[in-house]
Amino acid sequence: MVLFWKYVAILFKSQMQYRTSFWLLTLGQFLVPFSAFAGLYFMFERFGQIRGWAFDEVALCFAVIHMAFAVSECFARGFDSFSTLVAGGDFDRLLVRPRGTIVQVLGSKFEFSRIGRLVQSTLVLAWAVSRLSAEWSVLKALVLVLMIVSGVFIFSGIFMLAATMCFWTIQGLEIANIFTDGGREMAQYPLNIYKKWVTRFFTFVIPFGCVNYIPLLYILDKGNGNGLMSLLSPLAGIAFIIPCLLVWRLGVRHYRSTGS
Amino acid sequence: MITIQGLNKTFHVAKRNAGVGQAFKSLFRREYTAVEALQDISFSIRPGEIVGYIGPNGAGKSTTIKVMSGILVPDSGTCSIMGYTPWKDRTQYVKNIGVVFGQRSQLWWDVPVLDSFELLRDIYKVPEREYRDNLELLTETLELKEIIQMPVRQLSLGQRMRCEIAASLLHSPSLLFLDEPTIGLDAVSKIAVRRFIRTINEEKGVTVILTTHDMNDIEALAQRIILIGKGRLLFDGGIDRIRSRFGTHKTLTVVYRHHAQPLKVPGAELLSWSPERAVWRIDTASLNISEVLLQLSGRVELLDVEIESQPIEEMIVQLYKEHQI
Repeated sequence: MVLFWKYVAILFKSQMQYRTSFWLLTLGQFLVPFSAFAGLYFMFERFGQIRGWAFDEVALCFAVIHMAFAVSECFARGFDSFSTLVAGGDFDRLLVRPRGTIVQVLGSKFEFSRIGRLVQSTLVLAWAVSRLSAEWSVLKALVLVLMIVSGVFIFSGIFMLAATMCFWTIQGLEIANIFTDGGREMAQYPLNIYKKWVTRFFTFVIPFGCVNYIPLLYILDKGNGNGLMSLLSPLAGIAFIIPCLLVWRLGVRHYRSTGS
Repeated sequence: MITIQGLNKTFHVAKRNAGVGQAFKSLFRREYTAVEALQDISFSIRPGEIVGYIGPNGAGKSTTIKVMSGILVPDSGTCSIMGYTPWKDRTQYVKNIGVVFGQRSQLWWDVPVLDSFELLRDIYKVPEREYRDNLELLTETLELKEIIQMPVRQLSLGQRMRCEIAASLLHSPSLLFLDEPTIGLDAVSKIAVRRFIRTINEEKGVTVILTTHDMNDIEALAQRIILIGKGRLLFDGGIDRIRSRFGTHKTLTVVYRHHAQPLKVPGAELLSWSPERAVWRIDTASLNISEVLLQLSGRVELLDVEIESQPIEEMIVQLYKEHQI
């Protein structure tokens, strides 16, 4: 973990060599999610509510997912852009260093400009929290933090799965975007507005439901969600990383026996 | 230090035929060809040796290096380096080796070289004291003082290669793999790199395994050559063994006072001729050079004589030819 921050420090220095580009990218990342948020706003303007969800409530959901996405794009960018690392042969370099592959891949890239997106979603979160009528407690705040952390793990896990595919093929990685960008777009709404199979897929296969829908019910005092269940479900999201790590190890082993 | 026994490695490479139709077909069904990258490779290397590992492109050089540096797992065979099996004890083992890939950088592109060195110190967990000493020694012998504060992207290729080599030695490895360390360098940098490799070998006893296409590197550094071709080990021995085998050919250049007819010497191959100068190729095993000179001095007035051995480069070409690789 100490080593990871050392990597981040050197990448930050590198990034600072291109200050203008950094500020522009950050500004862009700050503004882009506003268009998505505006879309959300106008939809609710037109329909008032969706399946019993009000605008402020969905905004909270939106903010949590976008925060998680921004943080994981910052930290796990190395996995997101892993194909360049493999194609360029630089993964061999990682293998001749006496450290684990995961910390080294994480440390290979850090997307500082995503801080713009993070700021934007933090603003939305603060705004949504201030407008919600639900009563706040320490437990609820804890659940909210866990939701974000859990989201980070899920997105990072997907990045990792996509990266693992690079060991077999460099082409066809677009499919992973269905789950990252697609997953983000889906999960910014509470999952019960979708068809049943979609909800099920995003609860049991890729557990976005554990990050937004189930704990959200608790925070907003909706339905019969109890505290314990809502506290545990984000943990299930965090557990998503475990199979991803195993698949990653499988991929590394494959790479080391085929060298391609 | 290194004992390798019967290494085998086969790659399955997807076959691609020309044409759009074929490319489309390969989307669904792929045919694979087996490429035997290593076949029954065995050798051993003692501590403190410099070994030139050579062979034409695609011979299996980098596959062997990858196996020895713990990147690749072979299909069969054993490899013991300093008591480790490289691919099994990877993280423990690689602390003891340094690897320079001539064509790929291990430095961070946009930051000063020193920053890269410090990160490497943290990656390898080099104790501060040891790091200071190594850095001082490397800065001095590789003349890095002026360039160490510059970002890598501003360095020339020669400067960068010196930094690359320094970077791979910060953790005082006892085994160094150099994969084409002089590729693309100018003459001055090449000589500096070679001199440095010799220095660390002599003073710190670092064992060096060197792959290169530049036979001058081999001649300047390696006492021993391992030749590999089409995945097989073809030759393993001292440079002098190659010399005594192929080095019997000499080139004789003679400058003389004007002589109108071409000079014929029985048994020698005339390479070029002018009224003032002639060049022969002579196999010293069958023809004595002093006899040739004696013969010539009776026919023309000799002004200058030069005898050259065949360059090592040509001997290697002959070795390749002999093995049809």
